[in-house]
Amino acid sequence: MNSGILTLALLDGVSYAGMLFIVSLGLTFIFGVTNILNVAHGSLYACGGYATASIGLWLMGNDGGIINSIFSIIAGTLLVGVIVGLILEYLLRFFEKKPPILQLIITFAFFMILEDVQRLIWGTSPYFVSTIVGEMGNVEVLGVFYTNYQLIVLPGAAVIIYFILNWFLKHSLLGKKIVAVTHNKEVAVGMGVDAKKIKKITFIIGGLLGAFGGALASPTTSMVPGISADIIVLSFAVVATAGLGQVTGALIAALIIGIFRSLSIYLYPELEVVIPYVIMGTVLLFKPQGLFTVEKARRI
Amino acid sequence: MKGIIATIILLTGSVVTAFLLPHLKTPIILALSYGLAALGISVLMRAGQVSFGHAMYVCLAAYSVAFIAKAYPGIDGLVLIVCGVAISTIAGAIIGIFVSKYREIFFGMLNLAISMVLFAVIGKYYNITGGSDGMMISRPSFIGFELERDGFETLLLITTTVSILLVTYFIERFFNSPAGKFLCAIKTNETRLEYIGVSARFVFWKGYVISSSLCGLAGAIFALVQGLVTPEMGYWLKSGELVFISLLGGVAHSFGAIIGAMAFEFLKMYAAILMTDYWHMILGSTLILIIYFAPGGISGWLKNKKYI
Amino acid sequence: MSDLLKTTNLNLSFGSIVVADNIDFSLKEGERLAVIGQNGAGKTTFINICTGLIRPDSGNIYFADEDITKKSARAIVKMGMVRSFQLPQVYSEHTVRECIELSLAARDNKTSLFKSLSSCVDQKEVYEVLTSIQLLDRSDVLAGSLPEGHKKLLDIAMALVLRPRLLIMDEPTSGVSSQEKHEIMRILMGVLDKYKVTSIFVEHDIDIVSQYATRVAAWISGAIAADGAPDMVLNDPVIQEQVLGQSFSRTEPNMNTVKLVKGVS
Ligand SMILES: Nc1ncnc2c1ncn2[C@@H]1O[C@H](COP(=O)(O)OP(=O)(O)O)[C@@H](O)[C@H]1O
Ligand SMILES: [Mg+2]
Repeated sequence: MNSGILTLALLDGVSYAGMLFIVSLGLTFIFGVTNILNVAHGSLYACGGYATASIGLWLMGNDGGIINSIFSIIAGTLLVGVIVGLILEYLLRFFEKKPPILQLIITFAFFMILEDVQRLIWGTSPYFVSTIVGEMGNVEVLGVFYTNYQLIVLPGAAVIIYFILNWFLKHSLLGKKIVAVTHNKEVAVGMGVDAKKIKKITFIIGGLLGAFGGALASPTTSMVPGISADIIVLSFAVVATAGLGQVTGALIAALIIGIFRSLSIYLYPELEVVIPYVIMGTVLLFKPQGLFTVEKARRI
Repeated sequence: MKGIIATIILLTGSVVTAFLLPHLKTPIILALSYGLAALGISVLMRAGQVSFGHAMYVCLAAYSVAFIAKAYPGIDGLVLIVCGVAISTIAGAIIGIFVSKYREIFFGMLNLAISMVLFAVIGKYYNITGGSDGMMISRPSFIGFELERDGFETLLLITTTVSILLVTYFIERFFNSPAGKFLCAIKTNETRLEYIGVSARFVFWKGYVISSSLCGLAGAIFALVQGLVTPEMGYWLKSGELVFISLLGGVAHSFGAIIGAMAFEFLKMYAAILMTDYWHMILGSTLILIIYFAPGGISGWLKNKKYI
Repeated sequence: MSDLLKTTNLNLSFGSIVVADNIDFSLKEGERLAVIGQNGAGKTTFINICTGLIRPDSGNIYFADEDITKKSARAIVKMGMVRSFQLPQVYSEHTVRECIELSLAARDNKTSLFKSLSSCVDQKEVYEVLTSIQLLDRSDVLAGSLPEGHKKLLDIAMALVLRPRLLIMDEPTSGVSSQEKHEIMRILMGVLDKYKVTSIFVEHDIDIVSQYATRVAAWISGAIAADGAPDMVLNDPVIQEQVLGQSFSRTEPNMNTVKLVKGVS
């Protein structure tokens, strides 16, 4: 294998990992706070991507340009993240007392509903608006040309979000409240934290992250039916490899899975789909709780 | 006992319907085989676990049937069914060694992941599996009889009905046996199970193998009645449908999975005609309503009313 | 005679909290040991380590002269050391009868997939057990719906029917009214004597301790502060002050009322 391909694979891997991390972060964040594995998270990604592409197409009618692209990413993220996140949170309120696995099935049902909603709104043909990628140009890295968008924007967004979320959880009042609810809901409520509000905010943040992942991916990946399912399984692989609820772990797991995935695309394309599961499976075989999970307090 | 009687009534009803309305024969066989697969999901649900990948065993058995039928032309349909069940059971036993360690979300998603791998592999190896077009199975002889389509289906319907009767009987026995009761204890207190000296993992593994062979039986019948197998059979959506049926029917009695499958298949048939575009939406909404209003499903409701 | 249970240099800490501080402990066949100590002293943790639920940072555990430090909980149970729990662990969706039957099936390795559970176990024994824990009239109730005290008894019964050599009970009488405590202990000790089961029980009620234990071990911050005959340990000034609370005195006028060790919630 020549070094050009290796470089390309690594760059692809890192940029893919950036997107994957953002989506997985939303999944793991909602799980960490509410103990719900949100299968509809894949739909958030897809809807975010579709919405961004639609807004982009609509704006491009007047004029292309980076500003419009950025605007469409932000608008798509906010629109989908907030609305879908809130609907989901509202829906789950009716099932608060049910076991986690049933709540998961509720999110699965919601996911099925959203599949049809997507098809009704966007049809079945691929959506793809790559203006921003072209506008931002290419750069030469170690002898290969690579787009600035994938090289800088995707990983950059991931790193920025990682730091913002960490700062938010550690230093802001709201973040501290969220952490308190995560550790011990009863105690937090006893101390005056409004758990309902926290849950709502959690779903909005999680929703925004999912939608943002889709929005960022939309210029380089075409949105097609079925993409929600691919993404939810892939981000679950990241989250499970890292350990449910682990933020830093998710960053590392996303990198590992992203890089191995793109290496396989270049080297053994037929293994592409299998790689994330092989990594997850191997990790879970040796560490059933994921790589970074600290042991839970005992219950007996 | 009441449950077995209810099952017999249901099956008799199905067979009679199939004879009176021949165009419903195929859908009824499909529904019944779906019921068998959903029963496999119900077995795991007794342990409080949900698999989102069990369609892979349906798919695996179906493809085994297709491969064997192609490799040995002239082989009997019943032998094909037995082979399909055997292969999915063996696969379940092997995969089970690995997944029986996991619970809840991990268990559900690991099964999903494995099924996605299978789905992808079948799709990728086009020249062996026919890719997304699938494989045709020419109609084999059945129990020694060379039959036309109609006669073949009748025989298949009878075979399916008899299998369901036997399976529900054995599964009910299983639910009342020590192994079955240990399995249910996984749902409520695995720690206690370990502290009376029982391996929760082994107990769960047994349940998993049973569930995979039930799904295999369903897949083998499915393959024969359709004469065509496609990777779609193992897609996550199919696994989701099985979970749906199992929840709709409820796990109070194995009868639940069968009636759940009937209800599902006919809902699907009419929904497909009337509103194809909204099918998933209907499925999702119904699922939410069931969990909200009737968490025990049909059989849970019947049991509450002391009908079964 | 050699020791039934023995630990050497057991150490375990959770972060900065030391919960097992170099514990050397041994128990002989036939003893009936009461473990006392304030909440958080590490009693439950000690039991958890001995029964394979958690692993020590260092040190070894021997049961009947066999090193069980690395053995699984299940293997340890099979060797004859069983336990009950501070928070009773029952199968909440099984009936009381089934809970007992499952333990019996486990003991006798009955794992049929076809024969019914009730026909796999000796119904006479089930009847006896249910009678002795006075739950016969509630045998078809779901275990999860029992009141706490009954759950506790059921939990202990599920352990006891395994016919262990050593039974460890974590606070068998907590959550039970003071009159019932003696009743429960009387029943329990009767059964333990009958089957010659060595036992350890964690207990906060000093009357119970002095009445039923042949030996007392007092835990303070993860270490055994005193270990010996009940009279000796309970009259030790350090134990009186640090474990039983300053106000405690054996000659206090209200001696027969329940005296709980300080710090119990
Ligand atoms: N899994 C755990 N993680 C962290 N700390 C623990 C854990 N289990 C117990 N502890 C701590 O260890 C100490 C001893 O607890 P425990 O053994 O339950 O005491 P006791 O049974 O004597 O009341 C307590 O401070 C408790 O908070
Ligand atoms: Mg304790």
